[in-house]
Amino acid sequence: MAKKKVTKKKTAKKAPTRKKVVKRRTPATKRKDTATKLNELAHAVADQVEDGKDPGVAIPTRALSNVSFDQKAGLIRMGDNAQRRSFFNLGQAKKFMQTMLVASGSNALIRQAKTTSIRDLFYHCKHTIAGTRENTFDEQSESDPIIEDLEVTLGSLREELGLFAEPKGAMVGPMTIVDNGDVIDLSKMGSGGWAVPSIVEDHVIQFKRGSAKFVLLIEKGAVWRRFSEDRFWEKHKCMIIHGGGQPPRGVRRLIWRMHNELKLPVYVLVDNDPWGYYIYSVVKQGSINLAFESQRMAIPDARFIGMSSYDMERFEIPKAVTINLNDQDIRRAREILNYPWFQKKQGRTYPWRNEINHMLKLGVKLELEALSNKDFSFITEHYLPRKLKDKQWLD
Amino acid sequence: MMLPAMEGDMTTVTAPRSRSSRTPSKRKSVDAATLAHNQREISVSEFFAKNRHLLGFDNPRKALLTSIKEAVDNALDACEEAGILPELFVGIEPISETRFRVTVRDNGPGIVKGQVGNIFGKLLYGSKFHRLKMSRGQQGIGISAAGMYGLMTTGKPMVIHTKPRKNKPCHKITVAMDTQKNRPEIKDEEEHHAFEHPTGTEVNIELEAKYNRGKQSVDEFLEQTAIANPHARIIYQPPTACRTANGQDDDENLPTLIDDYEHARKLADKAAGTATTPGGTIVYPRGVSELPEEPKEIKPHPYGIELGTLIKMLRDNEGQSLNQFLTGQFCKVSSRIAQDLAEQSGMTSRTRVTGITHHQAEALYKAIQETKLQSPPTNCLSPIGTRQILAGLLKGLKAEFFTATTRKPTVYRGNPFQIEVGMAYGGDLPADQLGRVIRFANRVPLLYQQSSCCAYKAVLETTWRNYGLQQSRGALPTGPLVVMIHMASVWVPFTSESKEAIADYDEIRKEIKLALGECGRKLNTYVRRRQRIKRESERRSVFEKYIGEVVTALNAIDKSLKKTELKQRFEAVAKRITLEADTQFDEDGNPIKAGANGNGSLDRDESTVILGEGESPPSLDTPATKGKRKTKAKGGSRTKMASQKTRTKNHIDDDGQYELYAS
Repeated sequence: MAKKKVTKKKTAKKAPTRKKVVKRRTPATKRKDTATKLNELAHAVADQVEDGKDPGVAIPTRALSNVSFDQKAGLIRMGDNAQRRSFFNLGQAKKFMQTMLVASGSNALIRQAKTTSIRDLFYHCKHTIAGTRENTFDEQSESDPIIEDLEVTLGSLREELGLFAEPKGAMVGPMTIVDNGDVIDLSKMGSGGWAVPSIVEDHVIQFKRGSAKFVLLIEKGAVWRRFSEDRFWEKHKCMIIHGGGQPPRGVRRLIWRMHNELKLPVYVLVDNDPWGYYIYSVVKQGSINLAFESQRMAIPDARFIGMSSYDMERFEIPKAVTINLNDQDIRRAREILNYPWFQKKQGRTYPWRNEINHMLKLGVKLELEALSNKDFSFITEHYLPRKLKDKQWLD
Repeated sequence: MMLPAMEGDMTTVTAPRSRSSRTPSKRKSVDAATLAHNQREISVSEFFAKNRHLLGFDNPRKALLTSIKEAVDNALDACEEAGILPELFVGIEPISETRFRVTVRDNGPGIVKGQVGNIFGKLLYGSKFHRLKMSRGQQGIGISAAGMYGLMTTGKPMVIHTKPRKNKPCHKITVAMDTQKNRPEIKDEEEHHAFEHPTGTEVNIELEAKYNRGKQSVDEFLEQTAIANPHARIIYQPPTACRTANGQDDDENLPTLIDDYEHARKLADKAAGTATTPGGTIVYPRGVSELPEEPKEIKPHPYGIELGTLIKMLRDNEGQSLNQFLTGQFCKVSSRIAQDLAEQSGMTSRTRVTGITHHQAEALYKAIQETKLQSPPTNCLSPIGTRQILAGLLKGLKAEFFTATTRKPTVYRGNPFQIEVGMAYGGDLPADQLGRVIRFANRVPLLYQQSSCCAYKAVLETTWRNYGLQQSRGALPTGPLVVMIHMASVWVPFTSESKEAIADYDEIRKEIKLALGECGRKLNTYVRRRQRIKRESERRSVFEKYIGEVVTALNAIDKSLKKTELKQRFEAVAKRITLEADTQFDEDGNPIKAGANGNGSLDRDESTVILGEGESPPSLDTPATKGKRKTKAKGGSRTKMASQKTRTKNHIDDDGQYELYAS
């Protein structure tokens, strides 16, 4: 299937050939490239129909089966498997149609040089099919994966399609940045912090100056607020950022940029449950779903600062604040345990295996908020400083 | 065993017992002479008056149906024998809640005045019992029994109008019955001129009855009669005709019965199927305008004779030689066979019948059973005919698929018989219920005792799953299906005098099952094809639904991709791909082909009709399938191929409404 895709591209390129003089890929040229790719896609479909064939689009598979862990680079890479989505297949006809609609919508965005949210695009593409009572899309959950499909198919990033997700996440810290031309002092952002936009590429955000020594990614907004209120960033000279659960691309990309451009180490503070491990895993190695973006998102050096399943004993957290693992948690933990990137050996032990196995052994999970059982500011005044001081993190 | 507490009761019980043992009841000794005093002949009428349930007069509801049934049977028989296309009128007039006047009028040959009394006023008097000829009536009990029932329940005699000659007046005769003597009492005779038809008969019976609709009703009986007798025109005025709900006929909006009848007569000439007038008169118009072939009368076949009958026949034919007797009284007995039979039973062909002893008769009977004889002639049967069955079903049922088959005649116990099966499927028939079986014997609907009927059992024993229908264990198949089964015979073996169910003879059941299979295979072809077409058209419609969207999207990306061109291309591919799927389905080893070929070997043309409503017949007979069938036929015999070719050309109906579907 992947081969087919290549040949198809070749035939399509015969038409208006774009000289591929890859100079500096400015945002404008990037988007132009994407427009060309969309055009090629449309012509490829039209050509197939003209030949009396069932038109199809090869879509790289976004699943665990099609990712490999690049041990050396420490991130997930996407494999070559692709699935053909063809129109004259009862199970795929609607999805094919939706793919074409999303492609057309993105094309319109590029032509108008605008960006919009994926929800906007959903509404843009949603209408009743003529002569029926059926809608092209019923839920946003239908259009979102199709956008991702299109991204991987074209090899274009979402931003290059002119799309962004609902912004999520906030950051404060001793740093001054330029956001869309406005100079912003991130140490003076009040209680809410600076909302991290979806697109944080260098044409939008530039770092000016700052005294931060590291970046702390916190899973939840509520806990991040505790850190902000206690002015943890002032005392410890760090950027504190949260992504409201699984961090969105903007947050991940921003951390990546701070890590790579400012050489700041990254610490991740999440709940002690399989979900938390997975968030860390996504930050560190990239997600399975968006493996093609790992290179510009994943931070292989990110450190897991907490909460560890051993913290319960270390910090004498009472049993009462723990939550028993349910069946789903146990299943998920076992799945994560088998990820190749959690098989890292350190000396003679496997720290990640121990970590996850210990959680399974205890049979409980722990939320960050559980630390407030000791004191409201226990997490900012005792827990994290001690962990940083003792270097109690996992790699 | 006895508990002390029960002792009190014990005494009361034991007391009478001890008394009876002391004085045994003294029975009067009666001698034969005294008994003989009470012994007398019982007339048939008396017997049946007491045992009216044997004739189908068990309850008021059934009495109404039976009376009409007998009158209609007689009317149709009379018309057919006289070579007249039947035009029947059936009316039920409510007199009170439980009393009705039944009128059945025909355009038959009429009845000679002198015979009216015997025919209507005497049980077991008729023309049909003593011959072996296919007819609806057999024993000559029916109509007189109906009249007897009316007389007994209301005291009113039957009124007969009959007009045996075209230019002579019509007779009005009132017939009562003396049940003790089984003799008619003709009360008054009038002559008058008004009669609707040139010749014909009208029967009026007033009787205690109950009118219902639905199952086993007069309505159902007439509906089914119309199906089995597409050559008959029937107009039926139910008790509700021209009447308001409360039975008052003062509603000005309602037409009078006579007006409505006139309306119905006009409607009968125009309507293609069953129709109803504003007043509620139901019209079953004629489906085919030719009479069924006249059945021939045959002599009994030796296999069908029992010893007692044989002895009686020997006695009836005194003075003949054995050769004369055997060849003259039976069919399919040649002189040579007669000689063989005589020799086998220790006699010669010249032995006088007069002197044959009981012993010799028994030997002769045994010889008959052991000798191989030709089957009886079958020209005595007059099946409805495949085309006529289709016409009847088309007229009476709103379905999509119709098929029918007429088996070759066969023999049970020396009686020739023939099985016909018709099936209607789909359309407005209820899809979520069990299929319906309608049974006929010599064109007469059988409404009662379904479960003990041979025809019904044959339907149950058929594996309908093979024919594309669902069927629970021991039940009728589920689906929009009506199965019609007709047995034509010189002597239909009924389980009782009321003629409600066909007796279960292996030969009959086997024939019915074979006929069901023949129709079933065609049904299967249709059902499967319909399913496939439905699936394919669904598939195609899914694609077609989205093509517009895809084309618009592509055009929006690049305007050089022209919408109309692109759309045509997509549609062409859609068409090809869904067609391709057809082929694949066929090559899956689908039983469709087996069914089609099975039918191909049958020697019949117009056996299946598919109504073009909702589904377009051309799509059933696409060039692709035709071509395929031909290539398939290449492997088979050449004649088969040729016969298929001709078959596809046939069109069945005169008005062109239905198209023949070649199977």
